[in-house]
Amino acid sequence: MNYANQAMYFKQTVAFLGNIRHFARVFLATAALIAFSAPVHAQLKIDITGVGANQIAFSAAPFQGNQGLPEDIKKIIEDDLVRSGFFRAINTTSNVDLNESTLIDPTAWKSIGVDALIVGSVKKLPDGRLDLRFNLHDTAQQKSLGKFSYVIGQSALRLHAHKIADFVYEKMLGEKGVFSTRVAYVEKSPGRYRLIIADSDGANPQVALASKEPIISPAWSPDGTQLAYVSFETRKPVVFVHTLATGRRKALANFKGSNSAPAWSAKGEQIAVVLTKDGGSQIFSMNTEGSGLKRLTSTGGINTEPAFSHDGQRIYFTSDRGGSPQIYRMSTNGGDAMRVTFEGGYNISPRISPDDKTLTYVTRREGQFRIAALDLSGGTEMLLTSTGREESPSFSPNGRYILYATKSSGKGTLAVVSKDGRIKYTLSSSGADISEPTWGPFLND
Amino acid sequence: MKNSMVKYLAISAMVAVLAACSSAVPLNDKPAVESKTGTAPGSGDGRAVPTVTPGDADPLNDPQGVLAKRSVYFDYDSYSVKAEYRELVQNHARYLVSNPNRKIVIQGNTDERGGAEYNLALGQRRADAVKTVMLGLGVKEAQVETVSFGKEKPKATGSNEAAYAENRRSDIVYQ
Repeated sequence: MNYANQAMYFKQTVAFLGNIRHFARVFLATAALIAFSAPVHAQLKIDITGVGANQIAFSAAPFQGNQGLPEDIKKIIEDDLVRSGFFRAINTTSNVDLNESTLIDPTAWKSIGVDALIVGSVKKLPDGRLDLRFNLHDTAQQKSLGKFSYVIGQSALRLHAHKIADFVYEKMLGEKGVFSTRVAYVEKSPGRYRLIIADSDGANPQVALASKEPIISPAWSPDGTQLAYVSFETRKPVVFVHTLATGRRKALANFKGSNSAPAWSAKGEQIAVVLTKDGGSQIFSMNTEGSGLKRLTSTGGINTEPAFSHDGQRIYFTSDRGGSPQIYRMSTNGGDAMRVTFEGGYNISPRISPDDKTLTYVTRREGQFRIAALDLSGGTEMLLTSTGREESPSFSPNGRYILYATKSSGKGTLAVVSKDGRIKYTLSSSGADISEPTWGPFLND
Repeated sequence: MKNSMVKYLAISAMVAVLAACSSAVPLNDKPAVESKTGTAPGSGDGRAVPTVTPGDADPLNDPQGVLAKRSVYFDYDSYSVKAEYRELVQNHARYLVSNPNRKIVIQGNTDERGGAEYNLALGQRRADAVKTVMLGLGVKEAQVETVSFGKEKPKATGSNEAAYAENRRSDIVYQ
């Protein structure tokens, strides 16, 4: 199966409540992107409200020497930045002959509304590798914010285009970009389940596990090299740990009864799982190689979906101990638990933001399943989505966005919402029924 | 004379032991009735005639029998075994008590609404509820494993009440 053929291509529609001149620019940029696109197998719809005034206008020049290479560097960078909701692309033909070394006139660029100008080139080296260079100009400060060169293999071109977008995002906004991170999710078709790892934009999907039985609850190790998940391949739920680079996997929790809901501690030295071997669904922790099994919950009934806080102190989890499913927290050593959610009679699937300040979860309100964000210091809850079939929220590693599953025309799709609810976009691929998404960590390299 | 008589008795005893052993084997996996009728074609001289005793047939294999019903259905958001399924569970419990070597897995299921892991826990409750009734009727803990498929393996597809009702279910599966 050649997965490249099924890569997701994107069409963009930007709903923007700003001035008409800006809208026209965006429209032109969008039209240009559509003309560039390969046949549309999938759509990316971006819906941005309320951040317009603060959007950074940028212009990305076509990278010199890009023709004939499998990836369009400018387009990847442009799509990343626009999708973030914090950037708007300014389309112009006056940047076509620029590269990282060209002396530019910041004032002229500023006068046509460009705050950030991204220029670069790519050159094939005699050994087949690529020399990828770029320069980011800040037209207001009238200086370069960084000029870089990477020597990379061709297959790493897309990743490095994402890295350039990450650099621009961080320089202009002061927080790390997540474009070069990855997501995991499960794709279902009749009698077939595939655990897929894709770029954060949904492109470059790779199948880590193909099974005839269901797969749920993928969980990234903090270093991004392994996934824990629940596989039903032995006709019961068993927790596996899978090393992505080698495909090596082992059953971590395979006790009598059901084994599920794996979660890694922030430093990756422990995994929490849910086991039913002692009656009810109980949360246990163990070392990542399987030793040191320790039971953390003791109430009868249901205790599930553990999620470690990033300070290493707490585990958030779902329990029905109060009569309805609600989110609680306890020490990573177990013991007394404190209830965290109070609105509504069904709150499940907790995930905690990287700064431990915001909790996201699924809440049922009037029969609708929606993604909520709770400010843990102030106690303010925001409902971020409204389509009513949402599941599996997870934070982006910079804490800015929440990835979740929803339904569109009866099929599961992936969507992203910013934690303030102002930026939304959906990722989908035709024909596939997608569920159980989870956003991977930053990668050290 | 006396000596050969002893020899004869010893051999008879050995044959009896061997026979006992061989008849005990098939109980493990496959239903016993299949192995009793099963002299493979081509083996031996083709004249061997196996004995079938109707009373010995495993009631588990009777498609018209009470043990053919193996699904217990639940109400929405509920994990208590309804009165109408008590008899079904009792029939299986009775069989398991009189066949202490037999083991079952009870698989709990839910409808598609809600999260995967919470539904897995709810399905587990439905499986455990059936097990609790069985243990109360004398079935041994070691004979029963309860697992959950949550909402992952729906028997009925579709997002309507008929499909939901079909999927709120525990299945008794003999090992």
